[in-house]
Amino acid sequence: MKNWIKSGSPWVWLTAASVSISIIMVVGLLMLIAARGLGHFWPADVHSFEYLDDSGQTIKIAGEIRDTEDVSTQQIIDSGIKFESSELWTSRHLIKTGNRELYGIDFRSLIDPLISKRSQDNEMMVLERREWGNFYGTLKQVKLDGKVIAESNSSWDTLQQQIAATSEIYSTIDDIEQGEIGSINYTLERLRLKQRGLELKGEDSPEALGKIEEERQSLRSEYKTLQKELTKHYAELNRASLVAETIDGKTVEITISKVVMAYQPNGMSIFDKIGFYIHKLWEFVSDEPREANTEGGIFPAIFGTVMMVIIMAILVTPFGVVAAIYLREYAKQGPIIRMIRIAVNNLAGVPSIVYGVFGLGFFVYFLGGNIDQLFFPEALPAPTFGTPGLMWASITLALLTVPVVIVSTEEGLSRIPKSIREGSLALGATKAETLWRTIIPMTSPAIMTGLILAVARAAGEVAPLMLVGVVKLAPTLPLDGDFPFMHLDRKFMHLGFHIYDVGFQSPNVEAARPLVYATALLLVLIIIALNLTAIAIRNRLREKYKSLEH
Amino acid sequence: MSDSSAPMTHGVNIDAIKSKQSNPATGVAETSLTVKDLKLFYGEKQALNGINMTIPKERVTAFIGPSGCGKSTLLRCFNRMNDLVDDVRIEGQILLHDQDIYHRDVDIAALRRQVGMVFQKPNPFPKSIYENVAYGLRLMGVKDRRTLDEIVENSLRGAALWDEVKDRLHDSAFGLSGGQQQRLVIARAIAIEPEVLLLDEPASALDPISTLKIEELIYELKSKFTIVIVTHNMQQAARVSDYTAFMYMGDLVELADTDLLFTNPKQKQTEDYITGRYG
Repeated sequence: MKNWIKSGSPWVWLTAASVSISIIMVVGLLMLIAARGLGHFWPADVHSFEYLDDSGQTIKIAGEIRDTEDVSTQQIIDSGIKFESSELWTSRHLIKTGNRELYGIDFRSLIDPLISKRSQDNEMMVLERREWGNFYGTLKQVKLDGKVIAESNSSWDTLQQQIAATSEIYSTIDDIEQGEIGSINYTLERLRLKQRGLELKGEDSPEALGKIEEERQSLRSEYKTLQKELTKHYAELNRASLVAETIDGKTVEITISKVVMAYQPNGMSIFDKIGFYIHKLWEFVSDEPREANTEGGIFPAIFGTVMMVIIMAILVTPFGVVAAIYLREYAKQGPIIRMIRIAVNNLAGVPSIVYGVFGLGFFVYFLGGNIDQLFFPEALPAPTFGTPGLMWASITLALLTVPVVIVSTEEGLSRIPKSIREGSLALGATKAETLWRTIIPMTSPAIMTGLILAVARAAGEVAPLMLVGVVKLAPTLPLDGDFPFMHLDRKFMHLGFHIYDVGFQSPNVEAARPLVYATALLLVLIIIALNLTAIAIRNRLREKYKSLEH
Repeated sequence: MSDSSAPMTHGVNIDAIKSKQSNPATGVAETSLTVKDLKLFYGEKQALNGINMTIPKERVTAFIGPSGCGKSTLLRCFNRMNDLVDDVRIEGQILLHDQDIYHRDVDIAALRRQVGMVFQKPNPFPKSIYENVAYGLRLMGVKDRRTLDEIVENSLRGAALWDEVKDRLHDSAFGLSGGQQQRLVIARAIAIEPEVLLLDEPASALDPISTLKIEELIYELKSKFTIVIVTHNMQQAARVSDYTAFMYMGDLVELADTDLLFTNPKQKQTEDYITGRYG
C-alpha cells in the first residue's frame, strides 16, 4: 500500500478523476439544458381528459401534458383537494390548457386518480396565436367576410390556405411599417435635428429652412402613399376568421390574422413532426419575440450579443496588446511597473457589476453627456450618447476583459527567445520594426488566447450590461439600412439578459420556462462556436510560428 | 579624445550592392575598424581593460582566448549590441571610417547595417527562407520583386546555400538542418552588404562537416567583407584567419599575423595558451 502511494499512482488517479468529474458535469449540464430546452419545440400530443373537479362535477379538459411528478398524498389533501387514497404518493400532471382569454390561466394541475377518462382525438387542433397564447379546440368552420366558406371535412385545408395568405399580408404590412415607414420616420427625425442644429448655430436662413421643408413635404407625400397601401392591406388582413369549439363546448370565433400557425399534433406522422420541429427551431433563431418575450424567437438578442462581442473584441485587442508591449518592452522594469502590473492583475478580480456602475457614471453620464453637449446639441434634452447604449456596453466590457488580454500577451512576449530579437536588431532594425515585423506575429497565438478568454467572459456577463445598454425589448436592431447604418447609440437585446428576463421577470413563468432553457442552450452554443473559431485561428498561427523547438 | 566627427550616413544604393556582389574587392589591407582605449564595465565589474587595436579591411581577424576573457564582449561592441544589456558603461572609442560609433548622434540601426553579426546558435526567423534573406532588404525599403529575387539569390549563392534551397525558397526556414540554418543566417547578413561581418563562434553549435563548410565560406567571403571571428577552437583560427588576437582577462595580449602568432608568439601568455597549458 505504501509503495503504491509512493509510486505516485494516487495522484494520477486523482487528477484523472477530477478531469472526468469536470467533463461529466459540463456534459450533464449541456444535456439537461438541451433536453429541457429543445423538447419545447417538439409538437406535443394534445390529450383530452374527463376530470372530477372540486365541486364534484365531471368536467372536460384538453391540453398538452407539460410535466408529471409524484407528490405525497398528504400534501394534496392538505391543499384542499377532496379525494381519498391509500397510496403514499400520487401522480400529478401539469397540463397546458391554453385558451387564456377564456379561462384566465393557461396551466392546470390534474391529479391522476381523479382523471376518469383520457383520450387523444385526432381532430384536436392547436392554434399558435399572436396574443393570448395557444388555443386548443376543434375546427368547425372557416369564414370569409362573414360568410362560411368551409365546414368540417374540407375546412382544414381551407384554414391552412387562409393562414398562409394572411401571413403573407401580415409580413408585407410589417415590411412597410418597419422598413419603409420606419425609414421615413427616421429621416424626418434627422431633418428635425438638422433644423434644430441650424437654429442653434444661428444659421437658420429662410432658404435653408425652405430646403428642409421641401424635403419634409416629399417625405410626407411618400408617407401618404404608403399609408394608403397599408389601409388596403389592413382591410385585406381581417377578412378571414375561423370558428372553433373548445373541449367543454364553448364556441369561439378567431380572426385568422391573429393565428401564426395551426396544427393537429395527434394526427401528425413522425416526418410531419420532424418538419414541424425544424420549422420551430428556425423560427426560434430568426424571429422576433412576442408576448413579452415568452413566445416567438430571440433573433434580436442573438444579433445584439454577437454585435456587442465583436465590437468589444475590436476595442480590447489593440488596447490590450499595446499596453502589454509597453509594459514589457518599453517601460523600465522597476517598482512602479511592478505596481502597475499588480493593479492590472487585480482589475480582473473586480466584480463585474462594479464595472457596470463605473460605466454608467463615467462613460454614460460624464463622457456621453459631454459628447451630447458638443456634437448633438440639437437633440437635447433627449440624450443621444448620454444614455446607455451599444457603444458604452462594448467599451465597459472591453475594460472588464482587458486585463486578461494584457496578461496573456505579456506571457506570450516573454516566451519569445532573445536570439530572435538580437537577430533582427543585428540586421539594422529599430526596436519598433523588430516588434512589428517579428515579435508581434510570433506572439499572435498568445494574443488569440487572450482574445478567446476575453470573448468567453464578455459573452456571458450580464450584470454590467443591465446598467449600460441592454433592454428587455428593443424596437430596432443596432445595424440597419438607415444611414449611418451602425447605430452605436441604440440600446440592444442580449441573450444573457434575455434568460434573466424570461425566467424571472416574465408574467407567465410556466409558459416561459422551456424558453429559458432553450435560450441558455443557444447562448452556450454561440460561445462555443466563437471559441472554436478563435481556437482554430490560434492553432493555425501556432503552426506558422512554431518557435525554435529543435 | 578627439571631438568626434559627423554622424553616420546611411543612404543605400542598390546598384552599389549589386556591383559589389559581382566585383571582388582588390587592394592592400587598409584599416576598417580602429579601437582606441576601449573600456567596458558591467556595473562595477570591468570586463575590458583599455583595448587598442585595428581591424584590417577585407581580411579575417580571429579573437581567441579562454572563456570569459572578453572576446565576445569586445565583438559585440563593434555593432553596439552591448547597448541591449542593462548596466553597461563604455569608455573609449571605436572608429569606423574615422567616425566614433559611440557618438551621441550615431544612428544605431544604420551602424548595424554596416556591421553585421552572426550568432553562435543559428537564429532564423519563423518565416520562409526567402523572407529571412529579404528581411534586411525590406527594412531598407526595397520592394521591387525582381530586385529582391536577384539579391536573395546572390546572397544564398554567396553563402553556398543556393543549390540546396533553390526549390524550396518559400518553405519555412525551420525545415533546414543546423548547418544550413547557420548558412542561411550568413546569407541574411550579407544580403544587406555590410562592410564588416562579425561572427561569434559561428560553428561551435554545428557538426564537423557543417563546420568545414562554414570555414570554406569564410574563406570565400573575405574577398568582399571584413570579417572578425570569435572562436575557442584554435585550429579553426589557424585555418581560417589572416590575423589573430589573443585576449586574456579583458586585456588584449597580442595581435599578430596568424602564422606568426601560432609559430612564434611574442608573449609568454600567448605561448602558454596555444600550447595548451591553460584555457
